Amino acid sequence: MNLQRLIEKLTVNLLWLAVTELPVDVKKALQDAYMKERNPVGKIQLKAILENIQLAEEERIPMCQDTGLISFYVKASSRFRGLSKIEEALMKAVKRATVEIPLRPNAVNPFTQKNTKDNTGRYIPYIHWSIIDKDYMEITAFPKGGGSENMCALRILKPADGLSGLKRFVIESVVDAGGMPCPPTIIGVGVGGISDVAMNLAKKALLRPINESNPDPIIASLERDLLRAVNSTGIGPMGLGGDSTALALKIEYAHRHPASYPVAIAFQCWAARRATARIYLDGSVECLSHRGRDLL
Amino acid sequence: MKKIELYTPMSEKNIRRLNVGDYVFLNGTIITARDLAHRRMMKYMAEKRSIPFSLEGMALYHCGPLVKAHGDEWAVLAAGPTTSMRMESFEDGIIENLGVRLIIGKGGMGEKTREAMRRYGAAYAAFTGGAAVLAAKCIKRIIDVKWLDLGLPEAVWIFEVKHFGPLIIGIDSHGRSIYEEVRAETLRRLSGIIKDVISE
Repeated sequence: MNLQRLIEKLTVNLLWLAVTELPVDVKKALQDAYMKERNPVGKIQLKAILENIQLAEEERIPMCQDTGLISFYVKASSRFRGLSKIEEALMKAVKRATVEIPLRPNAVNPFTQKNTKDNTGRYIPYIHWSIIDKDYMEITAFPKGGGSENMCALRILKPADGLSGLKRFVIESVVDAGGMPCPPTIIGVGVGGISDVAMNLAKKALLRPINESNPDPIIASLERDLLRAVNSTGIGPMGLGGDSTALALKIEYAHRHPASYPVAIAFQCWAARRATARIYLDGSVECLSHRGRDLL
Repeated sequence: MKKIELYTPMSEKNIRRLNVGDYVFLNGTIITARDLAHRRMMKYMAEKRSIPFSLEGMALYHCGPLVKAHGDEWAVLAAGPTTSMRMESFEDGIIENLGVRLIIGKGGMGEKTREAMRRYGAAYAAFTGGAAVLAAKCIKRIIDVKWLDLGLPEAVWIFEVKHFGPLIIGIDSHGRSIYEEVRAETLRRLSGIIKDVISE
């Protein structure tokens, strides 16, 4: 099979996997939240979530009717031939997945309000490229729901506010969002860079497995402190009150301009859908997010 | 927690019995409407045109379902709630004029809706956000669909449901809102939380 056809086929299956089955780390975090939740209303919400996940998985039906707007993260290896065909393959895969799974048609022109009905459009699906020099490449499908996306926030803080300003902004954003982003959420925080870099980093943080802290111990400790603070707000599952407001909080950073201190916050709903595949030079394929799954 | 079964059509008396935090399941008819359907209902009311379905005593569900066509028939695959707050500017008018008794959605609604619910005897029930397959399982039949020209998610779907839930009464007809209460408690804790995390 040529690379383009292989990627198209694999990506349809990646999207299928992403929308019907949560990665193991997210499922585990939701089960732990259910065990720990002390608020009876919060516990009912988490139980419904766990039942829903199981039903979706058994019947291969999208776990949420909002199958999101789709982006891809592609780590393209310079050792592959035919990289220029990947974009076309991803577009075709999205169109096919929209019909075959099906996905809800979610790509709307912001001026005419016209829905393209196939989940593709201008810059959509959005592709984040990086180039690596390995004997494999990786594709992550990342469909993201509108409810959590609507709560994302970006603020350029004053450098003098520094770390205190960052902490305050994170907590206040979580409180403002309340039940809207479908908690328990995963919170990605992007710090530094220029404004678009900060939000890109916040999104990238959402891709990190739940139990994986930032490798820098100081940032890892900040992640833990902020997560504890977020979970003491009492917002709880669906904002109906409880202990589980977030499953995880992840921070990524870039160096900043001396005059600016950008902080971006990306919310991911409990339906934290993502699926990643690795494609080797010999054409073999491995699923990284859902171990042992056949993607071809 | 004690479970309460509700059946449509619901009377004002049925609704006045409900309180914030009640654990409820619904049986009977629910009617979906999101942004565009609300807009059209308001337009029809303003123009004194008749709306092609009745909300009297019924449950209105903030939902844009994922449906699949099987020949001439539709199948509902996933039907979780959408964010109710987007309908805040319309809902008091719908409650006042169309006799709806229960609004189902996620994330809660604002002061205007809470006041209309208190005045006219309606309540808001939260369905777990994203639990869309669970919701679809409770839909036994598609009774009808109206306003399909608005697109599949925005159309008005009339479903027969059985043991639809879990629902939590988020706003009752006595003026209480679980969302406002949770928020008040969160705001009470907020300055302490920020102070603690900044000193860490």
